Amino acid sequence: MSSLSYTAPTSVNEAVGILAGAQGLAKILSGGTDLLVQLRSGRTKPDIIVDTKKIPGIMGIREVDGGFVIGAATPCSVIGEHAGLSAAYPGVVEASGLIGSTQVQGRCTLAGNLCNASPAADSVPAMIAARATAIVVGPSGQRAVPVEQIVTGPGRTSLAKGEFILEFHLPKPAPHSSDAYLRFIPRTEMDIAVVGVGVSLTVDAAGVITDARIALGAVAPTQVLVPDGAAAIIGSKLDDAALAKLDAAARAVCNPITDKRGTIDFRIKIAGVLARRAATIAYKRAGG
Amino acid sequence: MTYLNKADLKVVGTRPIRPDGVDKVTGRAVFGADQALPGMLVGKLLRSTHAHAKIVSIDTSKALALKGVKAVVTSADFPDIPSEEAFVGEGPMNFRDLSRNVMARGKVLYHGHAVAAVAATTSEIADAALALIDVKYEVLPFVIDVEEAMKPGAPVLHNDLFTQGTTPQPTEPSNVAKRVQFALGDVDAAFKTADVIVEGRYTTEPVHQAYIEPHACVVSVGADGQAIIYSSSQGHFMVRAYCAKLLGMELSNIRAMPSEIGGGFGGKTLVYLEPVAMALSKQTGRPVKMVMTREDVFRATGPTSGGVIEVKLGAKKDGTIVAAEAILKFQAGAFPGSPVQPGCMTCFAMYDLKDVRIIGYDVVSNRPKVAAYRAPGAPISTFGTESAMDELALKLGMDPIELRLKNAAKDGTKAAYGPTLQNIGYIPTLQAAKAHPHYSAPLGKNQGRGVASGFWFNIGGESSGSVHVNEDGSVSIVTGSPDIGGSRASMAMMCAEVLGIPMEKVRPVVGDTATIGFTHLTGGSRVTFATGMAVTQAAEKVRDELKVRAAKIWDIPPEAVEWKDGMAVPAGANAGGFDPLSLADIAIKAAKTGGPIISEVSVNAQGAGPGFATHICDVEVDPETGFTTVLRYTAIQDVGRAIHPSYVEGQIQGGAAQGIGWALNEEYIYNAKGELDNPGFLDYRVPVASDMPMIEAVMIEVPNPRHPFGAKGVGEVPIVPPLAAVANAVRSATGLRMADLPISPPKLRAAFDAR
Repeated sequence: MSSLSYTAPTSVNEAVGILAGAQGLAKILSGGTDLLVQLRSGRTKPDIIVDTKKIPGIMGIREVDGGFVIGAATPCSVIGEHAGLSAAYPGVVEASGLIGSTQVQGRCTLAGNLCNASPAADSVPAMIAARATAIVVGPSGQRAVPVEQIVTGPGRTSLAKGEFILEFHLPKPAPHSSDAYLRFIPRTEMDIAVVGVGVSLTVDAAGVITDARIALGAVAPTQVLVPDGAAAIIGSKLDDAALAKLDAAARAVCNPITDKRGTIDFRIKIAGVLARRAATIAYKRAGG
Repeated sequence: MTYLNKADLKVVGTRPIRPDGVDKVTGRAVFGADQALPGMLVGKLLRSTHAHAKIVSIDTSKALALKGVKAVVTSADFPDIPSEEAFVGEGPMNFRDLSRNVMARGKVLYHGHAVAAVAATTSEIADAALALIDVKYEVLPFVIDVEEAMKPGAPVLHNDLFTQGTTPQPTEPSNVAKRVQFALGDVDAAFKTADVIVEGRYTTEPVHQAYIEPHACVVSVGADGQAIIYSSSQGHFMVRAYCAKLLGMELSNIRAMPSEIGGGFGGKTLVYLEPVAMALSKQTGRPVKMVMTREDVFRATGPTSGGVIEVKLGAKKDGTIVAAEAILKFQAGAFPGSPVQPGCMTCFAMYDLKDVRIIGYDVVSNRPKVAAYRAPGAPISTFGTESAMDELALKLGMDPIELRLKNAAKDGTKAAYGPTLQNIGYIPTLQAAKAHPHYSAPLGKNQGRGVASGFWFNIGGESSGSVHVNEDGSVSIVTGSPDIGGSRASMAMMCAEVLGIPMEKVRPVVGDTATIGFTHLTGGSRVTFATGMAVTQAAEKVRDELKVRAAKIWDIPPEAVEWKDGMAVPAGANAGGFDPLSLADIAIKAAKTGGPIISEVSVNAQGAGPGFATHICDVEVDPETGFTTVLRYTAIQDVGRAIHPSYVEGQIQGGAAQGIGWALNEEYIYNAKGELDNPGFLDYRVPVASDMPMIEAVMIEVPNPRHPFGAKGVGEVPIVPPLAAVANAVRSATGLRMADLPISPPKLRAAFDAR
């Protein structure tokens, strides 16, 4: 019979040591909302589970120099209740609030959502659009990695053996900036994105977009940025022509599959639709 | 005696708290998987990894050698049963087919078909043992789709299956198990008299009953061959009958215990685990528990059929339908027995038609054997016919309710399936729909409104109920009907009404097969009607006996005693000036007046009244995403008499919700290997609460005089109209006729793009 050990280290160094020295498959447990489901279904059979929640500072949100530091094991329900973060990054907060159900929200985390490495993860396009950085700790120390560089394919990340994410940094937003996240699901909740779109943008006093970043989920093996879409709306007041260009740019970067959740054709079209709609929401939030 | 005058009723028609409610909300209720017995083993099934294959060999030796494994069974451990029609469950079933569905013999017929089972001391050991069973398959070509399965040259599932209902009967086997036909008049001639004809081809996907509680049982067979079964089912007498047959036992040697049931909707009207657990318990001499996972439930139980419905309607310019025809092709799953026959019988039953013809085909394919699902067959066929009615109304430029009123069945209408309808309330549902504020409420952009109606027979049948007066004057009821929709509450209410006591004085329980007379399963919307009749009659006998006892106490003739407001009173001044005796007064003295006061009544109830419903649905469609939001939903139904109105409304709302899920999102997705790709609630999308508007249930009461309180079955007809009501609303919002369910966003967006 197989065996499974569980450990809950109380420092980063201890956790790194355990992960680096683990024999067989080691899995990190933060919220566990993916891991426990995978354990039950037999999809993953780890030898050791390392619970990171006892590491000081890994749960909670801090405001630092106008930006935000979100501990990797912070439950999404805590993120949703943070007034400062909700005001500065409503898109990231609304994306993280879409993961699972109310019950799951009490456990699920941004780090788990990212490291589960699903192309459909809701919080990831929003974090990428918001220029979030992951602070990765491991045997060779600490490094800051842009969120879009973490996931390398379905179920795969760029994290090396012994590494895990300690926290996320969101920069201080420029004045008149905001963000938005929209996803498409065939029902109203309790589902997985068929397409997800995160948009972050900045406007000037005249309502002209001066900066924009757009990321798509569930339309390719990893989340993808839409630089042409950003370019299409920068310098505009998000008029119909700019929106049409954004729609086309979003569709152009899609490389989806047909599966039980949606067809290639549907996903591509919806990516364009949601990019327009998310940009419109972010634009209004930014004061445009 | 009848209690049809609503004004006289004190308990029936009120909304007391259900007797089983506290246990269910506090978690104290014992469901199938909650049972445990000392020394219990864990039973698990090995399931087929192919959609269609010959079983060449099964080597269980390695599994048996594993420490902790107590038994392994295959089809060799079950009797090879000859073909015999069973009348045990809901809908047709052959004992031989059921035996082979429970444990594959010779061939596996769908991915997930059970091929072997183990009993072990722990769940982990049982899993390890399953991995050690070596099954050699010879893989065969498979067929999933119903029309593909009907084609010449399709892979044949059963070499001994020759289409019934055609003359001459074919000499070659095929996947078409049966052809059925129902007809009135001369349809071909009648179509020639039509001013307007509409024709359409509609399809539905198989959908699962999606009860929240997976199948579960504990079975213990003693050294003397006496077996006890605890399981979650819609009928423990059904469980007993099937297990006895499949294991070759006598009924008296099996005691089947009902557990609390976490939903059935027809899907728990047959057995899957119980015979296997019994075979394992027989071999080991220990109790065996088996519990399905949700994945097992999707791969190997239910669902109802998917179908193809070809409809043709002919009408005069004034809307009078002169001819109607439907051809139905239903997937039965791996064994014959789709609900195509009730599908045929129901789909035009709302209309008074002189010339009508309905032909149905029962077709096997490499999918799990279908099981009954709420009004089996009717939602599928009615989706086609009620969509066609909408098309006809559009073509005639007529209001869809007016078109239905023009052709509505009424008392005296002869239905295509045979009977002449009586005491029906279809027209009142249409009139109520027309008058309802919903029907005239304004609609916004991208919004539309649809209407559809539906019919369901409802049945009676065999039921038993007993009423016991306890020593303190409280009352106990025992019935043989598992309570899947609030039936304990309605039984207690009918009994309380007869005895003239508060409902809270009456405690209802569901008895096991050894403690109450035979009772057919809970299905066909029969329990409030048939078991209610038994309980009412038992309560009346108790009331008569109470009068006899009062007469003894007073030493006057029984005829001189009346029962009034829960008391025995002298019939008049001549009877004597006695103070009234309450039920409790009489109960306390029962030992001195003749002993316990009890009655048990068994009936074979006849004369169930059919149910009719008309639903109005508003939707808003997002043309860019194809997403449909149900904005408002009103379900109007003739319920006969609502015994407990809240639970009648609950049935109406539940049926409508399931029908909306069927219309919009639920479907089985098969991959290229013939495996179900979405065996879980994440990707098999039943509606979640936030998908639903408040469903307004409107109850019309046209009492059925053949039931003491006028009750009609209410649980099934509410799932019949929603499929077409939603599709008709989408048509109204978009101009697009969505003839293929589900109307999922990708499909609707593609329809927009194709326009």
